[in-house]
Amino acid sequence: MSLRLEQRREFSRVMIYGSPLIAVVLTLLSGMVMFSILGVNAFDAIFTFFISPISDLSGWAELFVKATPLVLIAIGLSFAFRANVWNIGAEGQLTIGALAGGGVALAFFNVETPFLLPAMMVAGILGGMAWAAIPAFLKTHYNTNEILTSLMLVYIGLLVLSFLIYGPWKAPDSYNFPESRLFHDAALVPILVEETRLHIGWLIALVFALASWILFSRHIVGFQVKVIGVAPMAARYAGFSEKRIIWMTLMLSGGAAGLSGVIEVAGPIGQIVPVISPGYGFTAIIVAFLGRLHPIGVVFSGTLMALTYLGGEAAQIEMNLPNAVTGVFQGMLLFFLLATDIFVKYRIIFGSPKIIQYPSNSFDVKGAG
Amino acid sequence: MTKPRLELVGITKQYPGVLANSNVSLRIMPGEIHALLGENGAGKSTLVKIIYGVHKADAGTLHWEGMEHLIANPNAARKLGIGMVFQHFSLFDAMTVEENISIGISAELASNKLDEKIQNVSKQYGLPLDPSRYVHTLSVGERQRIEVVRCLLQNPRLLIMDEPTSVLTPQEVEELFKTLRRLSEKGVSILYISHKLQEIKELCHTATIMRMGKVVAECIPEDETPRSMAEMMMGTNLVSPERIGNQETGEPRLVVDDLSVNSPHQYGVNLKGISFEVRSREVLGIAGIAGNGQRELVEVLSGEVVANHAEAILIGDDAQGLSGPIERRKAGVGFVPEERLGHGAVPELSLWENAFLSAAVPMKLLNKGFISVSASSAYADRIVREFNVKTLGVREAANSLSGGNLQKFIFGREILQNPRVMIALQPTWGVDAGSAAAIRQALIDLAGNGAAVLVISQDLEELFEVSDRIAVICEGGLSRSYPTSKITVDEVGLLMSGINSQGDIHQEAPDVP
Repeated sequence: MSLRLEQRREFSRVMIYGSPLIAVVLTLLSGMVMFSILGVNAFDAIFTFFISPISDLSGWAELFVKATPLVLIAIGLSFAFRANVWNIGAEGQLTIGALAGGGVALAFFNVETPFLLPAMMVAGILGGMAWAAIPAFLKTHYNTNEILTSLMLVYIGLLVLSFLIYGPWKAPDSYNFPESRLFHDAALVPILVEETRLHIGWLIALVFALASWILFSRHIVGFQVKVIGVAPMAARYAGFSEKRIIWMTLMLSGGAAGLSGVIEVAGPIGQIVPVISPGYGFTAIIVAFLGRLHPIGVVFSGTLMALTYLGGEAAQIEMNLPNAVTGVFQGMLLFFLLATDIFVKYRIIFGSPKIIQYPSNSFDVKGAG
Repeated sequence: MTKPRLELVGITKQYPGVLANSNVSLRIMPGEIHALLGENGAGKSTLVKIIYGVHKADAGTLHWEGMEHLIANPNAARKLGIGMVFQHFSLFDAMTVEENISIGISAELASNKLDEKIQNVSKQYGLPLDPSRYVHTLSVGERQRIEVVRCLLQNPRLLIMDEPTSVLTPQEVEELFKTLRRLSEKGVSILYISHKLQEIKELCHTATIMRMGKVVAECIPEDETPRSMAEMMMGTNLVSPERIGNQETGEPRLVVDDLSVNSPHQYGVNLKGISFEVRSREVLGIAGIAGNGQRELVEVLSGEVVANHAEAILIGDDAQGLSGPIERRKAGVGFVPEERLGHGAVPELSLWENAFLSAAVPMKLLNKGFISVSASSAYADRIVREFNVKTLGVREAANSLSGGNLQKFIFGREILQNPRVMIALQPTWGVDAGSAAAIRQALIDLAGNGAAVLVISQDLEELFEVSDRIAVICEGGLSRSYPTSKITVDEVGLLMSGINSQGDIHQEAPDVP
C-alpha cells in the first residue's frame, strides 16, 4: 500500500484562485485546535486574534498601516519571482531605503519645504535599488546565486543601520538612546484619516498595485517577465534580454522595498530607530505567493497578513498569549498554501503501484509498504 | 502450427479525454519483423508501453507464446524475453560503454566478464562497439548500438524498436537492417515502429496500421507502395507538394561567410568556418545527423548567440553577425526553431500572446510599450484562418494545440510577417502527415514569392522534396551545396557520415548555386 501523487492533466481555474481561501480556512481551524490545546477558549481566541483588532475605525486604519509595506514589497517581489529572480533580500533593501530617505530628512532637519518628502521618497527608492543592484551585478557578471547574495546583504544592511544609529546619526538630545532626531512635519507622510495613524502610504500602495496590474497584463515589461519565467528559451527567441530582465525586476523590487522603508520611518515611526521593520521584507515573500504573484491578489493577501500582526498584539495584550502566535499563524498559512497548491497540480492515488509511471507524469511520495 | 510469439487481443486503454487504444489486436510470429505504423497520436506508443509493462491496459489480454500474461512492469517484460530500444537513449555521457550497459541489466549478467560478452554480441550481430570508450565521444549511431547490444545481451525473443532510424545516416540504417535481419533469421521477433514507409517496405514482413487508437489495416509491406501505406495511415489521399517550376533565383539574401562559433552547450559542437548563401526564390536544405552543429548554427543565425564577427552573417547588405534577434527580425528574417513548446511558443500563454511573441515589432502590435490586444488577436485570428489551425479560439493556451496545429500556427506567425529570409529547423519533426505536407507547401510557396528559405533537417525525404540545393553539416563544418537534381540520397548519406568523397567538406569560399 502506498500513496502516490499523479499530475493532473488540467488544472482547475477555480481552484488556482480558491486554494488561498481554503488555506486561510484550514489555518483558522488549526489555530482553533492549537488554542484549545493551550487551554484557551478557541472561539474567544480566534475572535481576539482576527475580529477584535478590526472592530473599529482605528483598528482598520492600523490594519492598512501594517499592510502598506507588505503590499508595496510583495508587488515588487511578484515581478522578480515571476521572472525566476529570487530576491530574498527585501528586508535589507527596505532598511537601506529607510536610511537613504531618513538621511535626507536628517540632513535637512531645519528646512521646511513641501519638496522634502518627495525628495526623501526618491532617495529611499534609490537606496533600495542600490542595495538590490549588488546581487543584480553579481548575477549578471559572475552568475552568482541571488538568493544567497540578496539574503546576506540583509544582515549587512541591518549592521549599517546599527552603525549609524549608535554612532553619527544618534540625536544630540536623545540621552544616549539609539534614536535619530524626530522628523519634523515636512518630513512626515501626511495622515489620511484624522485621529488615526493611517497615512497616504496606503494610497501609494494601492496606486502601485493598479499600475503594476496594468504593467503585468498589458505592457511589454510584464509580458517579458511572464515569458522568461515560464519559457526562458522562448524569451531568448523573441529577443528579450535575460540580463535586462534580471536588472529590471531587481530594481523594481528593490525600489519598492526602499520606498516602503521610507514610508515606515516617515510615517508610523517618525524617526530612525534600531528596529525599523518587524520582518516585513520576509513576510512579504509569503504575501507575494499567497496573492498568486498578482498585484491585486497581493493587496488582499497583504491585508490578511497585516491582520496576523495586529492579532498577535491583541492576543498578547488581552489573552496573555506569546507574541510567537503571529509567527505560528504566518507559518501555518504558508504551509497550507503550499499544501493546497500540491492538490491543484496533483491528485493522490492510493494503492500499490503495479504500473511504473514515467517520472515526468508522477512521482512516489511514500513507499509505505 | 507454431504458436505466435506475442498475441494481443482487444487491448483498450483510456486516458482522461483520449481513447488511446481501442480494441487493438496484434499477432507477431517467431522470427517475424512486424511494423507498427501510424501518425503521431495514433496510439503506437501507448500500445508498446502496454507490451513493455510501462502502462496497464484497461481491457484485453496479452498472450506470450500461447500463455496469457499480465506484464506488471518492464522488469517482468525483460524476464519474459522482451527487449526494447527507445527512441530517446538513456545513456550517461561521462561514462564508458561498458559502464552504461552494466547499469541497465541484471547484476549476474553485469558482474562476470561483461566486456567479453559485449564483444561477442557485437561481433555476432555486426555491431562494432568498443566497451572502453566514453559515450560522449560516440556518434548517435554508435550510441544506438549500445542500446541494441544492451538488449541483445539479455537474449530477447521479442525486440521492440521505437523509431530507430530517425537519427541514422542511410548507410547506418543499412547496417542496422542487416543486424535486424540476422536476428530475425535466428528466430527473434521484432516489433518495428516507424513512419518511414520506404524502410518498412524494405525490412518488414508484415505491418499493422493504426489510426486514432484503432487498427485500421494489416498488410504485407512488400506488396504495397509507400504512398498506399501513407494513405492507409492518414485515411485520406496524400497530396505531394507542388513546385512552381524552375525559376531564376534572385539576389543573395542571406550570406554566411567563415562563421566560427564555440558552442555554449556542454558536449556541443563548435561551428568551423561555415560559408553559404541563400538567394531570393530558392530553398537551401542543410542535411545532417542530429548533434553535428545544427542547433548551434540556428542559434547563431537567429541572433540568440552572436557570431565571431559582424560580417560573418549578411542579411541583405547588413552585417548582422553581432546583432540580436530583434534587429534581425527588423531586417526581415523569420525563424522557426526545433522545439515548439518552450522555444517557438510559450506553452502556458494564449495564442494571441504567442502571436505577439515574435510579431510585436514587425507587425506593430506594440504601442508605446503597451500590447495592443485587439491587433494581436486579429493577427492570431488571421494565422488561424489562413493556415487552417484547428483550435477553439485565439484565447486558448498554446499547449492545448496538437503538435501539427501548433507548428502550423508558428509557421503562419512567421510567414505572415512577409519575411525576406526564412530559417526553419526540423520543420515537420513530430508533426502529422497532413500538417507536414501543408508546412512543406508553405515553404515552397514562400520561396516562390521571392523569399530566401533555409531548411535544416534530418529528414532527407523532406529535404529532397522542398530544396533547390542541398548541403550537409558534419561535425560543425558545412559541405558545398549541390543542386537537388544532381545528388542522390546515398551521396548525401556519405557526406552526413563525414566521408569526404569529393574533398570538399570544410571548404572556405562561399558556394555558387
